[in-house]
Amino acid sequence: MSISTLARDTRVAMKHGGGGRATRSLIGELLIRGFDEPARGFGLSALDDGAAIPIGDGQSLIVTTDSHVIKPIEFPGGDIGWLSICGTVNDLAMMGATDVAGLTCSVILEDGFSLEVLERIHESMVEACRAAGTTVVTGDTKVMGRGEIDGIVINTAGFGFTRRVVRDCTLRAGDLIVVTGTVGDHGMAIMSARHDLGLGMSLVSDVAPLNGLIAAAMRAGGDALAAMKDPTRGGVASALHEMATKSGVGIVVDEPFVPIRDAVRSSCEMLGVDPLQVANEGKALIGVRPEAVDRVLDALHSHTLGRDAAVIGHCISEHAGSVILDTGFGRRLLIESDGEPLPRIC
Amino acid sequence: MTSAARLEFRSRETVRELAQRLESVVAAIDHKPVAVMHVCGSHEQAIAKFGLRSLFPEDLDVIMGPGCPVCVTDVPEVDEAVVLARQGVHIASFGDMLRVPGSVQSLTDAESDGAKIHVIYSPRQAVDIARSLPHEQVVLFASGFETTAVATAALILERALPPNLSILSSHKYIPPVMEIVAEMPATRVEGFLAAGHAATITGWGIFERFVERHQLPVVVAGFEPADIMAGLVELATLVRDRTPRVVNMFPRCVTREGNIPAQQQLWRVFKPTGGRWRGIAHIPNGNLRLRDEWAHVDARRRFEIDLTSLWDYAPPQLAADCICGDVMAGIATPADCRLFGAECVPDKPVGACMVSTEGTCRIWQQYGGPRVVLRTTA
Repeated sequence: MSISTLARDTRVAMKHGGGGRATRSLIGELLIRGFDEPARGFGLSALDDGAAIPIGDGQSLIVTTDSHVIKPIEFPGGDIGWLSICGTVNDLAMMGATDVAGLTCSVILEDGFSLEVLERIHESMVEACRAAGTTVVTGDTKVMGRGEIDGIVINTAGFGFTRRVVRDCTLRAGDLIVVTGTVGDHGMAIMSARHDLGLGMSLVSDVAPLNGLIAAAMRAGGDALAAMKDPTRGGVASALHEMATKSGVGIVVDEPFVPIRDAVRSSCEMLGVDPLQVANEGKALIGVRPEAVDRVLDALHSHTLGRDAAVIGHCISEHAGSVILDTGFGRRLLIESDGEPLPRIC
Repeated sequence: MTSAARLEFRSRETVRELAQRLESVVAAIDHKPVAVMHVCGSHEQAIAKFGLRSLFPEDLDVIMGPGCPVCVTDVPEVDEAVVLARQGVHIASFGDMLRVPGSVQSLTDAESDGAKIHVIYSPRQAVDIARSLPHEQVVLFASGFETTAVATAALILERALPPNLSILSSHKYIPPVMEIVAEMPATRVEGFLAAGHAATITGWGIFERFVERHQLPVVVAGFEPADIMAGLVELATLVRDRTPRVVNMFPRCVTREGNIPAQQQLWRVFKPTGGRWRGIAHIPNGNLRLRDEWAHVDARRRFEIDLTSLWDYAPPQLAADCICGDVMAGIATPADCRLFGAECVPDKPVGACMVSTEGTCRIWQQYGGPRVVLRTTA
């Protein structure tokens, strides 16, 4: 699967923002080119959720940034403000920085944007910061002309400190894959709201700050917590592909054990969408050495955001870079979606 | 679906038992390999999605035939829609049709050039679009087998089409193509798995004459894992025993007569005509066209569609290497195509089989082909 998808394109397309192969080739083949690595720690070339810079005393500074665009900007379970805080908090948490020192916030608005809606979005951001135990420490605002931008774009950056940097490239054969809860909730809630599908089901986004949950898992797992990644764009399939490729292992997913809400399962089935390829905003995939898996699961289960946590797969030495789905009937490859089935999920 | 039904038709134990039976039935057939064909994209989709191919015996080839209506839509039919779109007519169509390559352009390409294309989920949405654009002409580019053709027919029979809406039918009719495949000299097909949903409309009785003529068994099957495995066990048994007949393994939906009111609607609106299916052959009675009575809503009669207007464009070079036709006829698999997964990917399809979610190439690309991961040690 090393075929360059970028070489065939002459323009940026929606698929380049989908989180799958197209996104990775755009970043890998173009956007990170030419930048030197930081003198210490790791940065862009690791293509992890953020950078880690050692600052002495066994501590590392974790830095990450994320731009948020979503349609609709208010959706069941959250809005763009809530999402913009949680997304960055979660990227920090995935690298072990569960104590978030502070966030920055840049807002770009379209001429004519409703102040009432902006106030609600701002309220959500404040609330999300409280839930994550952090705050916005600096920011920037720009307004663009009508039609020059679609409503609102929010960029947040975050920084935190950790003594234990967790990577997404450190899985070994034998490690177990834990998901911290039900899969596909965010993507299906957005899809249903955006296209007014009227599915008559309670599809609610899972967007939430995960740093508290991850702190509990890290305490319980210690060094046996091997790797982490949040399955956002491209869903579980994309995140596991990335982990498998970077770690040089194969991953077998046991489909019957993947927790999926009934409403998500049936709406996916109706629309022909694979819940494993749908975005999540409040879930983590954790690679755990087998001896620690019970401890980690116990810790997750006793947190409100981790009640549905489950072991969904394991790592093997064969088929490095592949994700294999055991459907319970037979086995097949779990392929990454090449671009978003529907544009701009998050 | 009730949870009880889900348990029954998705029971892993049942499916494993059926897989063992299939193994022993195929083992008892006196020649190898055994080849059977299904003619339905939804069957291939289910086989791939549930990983059923890894359960099939090594000596059983389950070939996907021309069962994807989007894939078999021929180049001139796409060209008609593209020409209309380029003339400024709004085109409403199912998403799958948008990327199907015409001789020089797909509807997506035309859209990039400024054409007005609307993706719909049901033919009825075309009515809403036409109502919302009273000063524009809207054409429903209608595709699909008899199952979806009934929905188009019902829409026309309601006589509630807005005056600015017309129909460009590329609907297809499955039974004739089974005849063609059965008669192909290169065919290895020893039996057919017929699509449960199409048979819901036509009834299973329609296959009786086919079986008589070709002495090949036909099994009507549904789309859950147990449906497909049970259908294959039955089909392999009929091959083993050399007892060609029709067996209905989808009795919870399909009767011998089928849905008679739906058939009446279908044939009141459409007449079967001969036409090419992309990559397959000329299929007598394989295309469904509007009867003269409905000329006033037929886009082919409302507009002058001048296909020569596309001649200024150079046809794409890669298309010459595409083997979609052989794939759909069951003579080749996507793995035999040098474009598959390289120049031809879902994002930029060369052939029609990579376009539709029901196309073999697309399904193989999405789920990793036939038996790639069967022998993984867990």
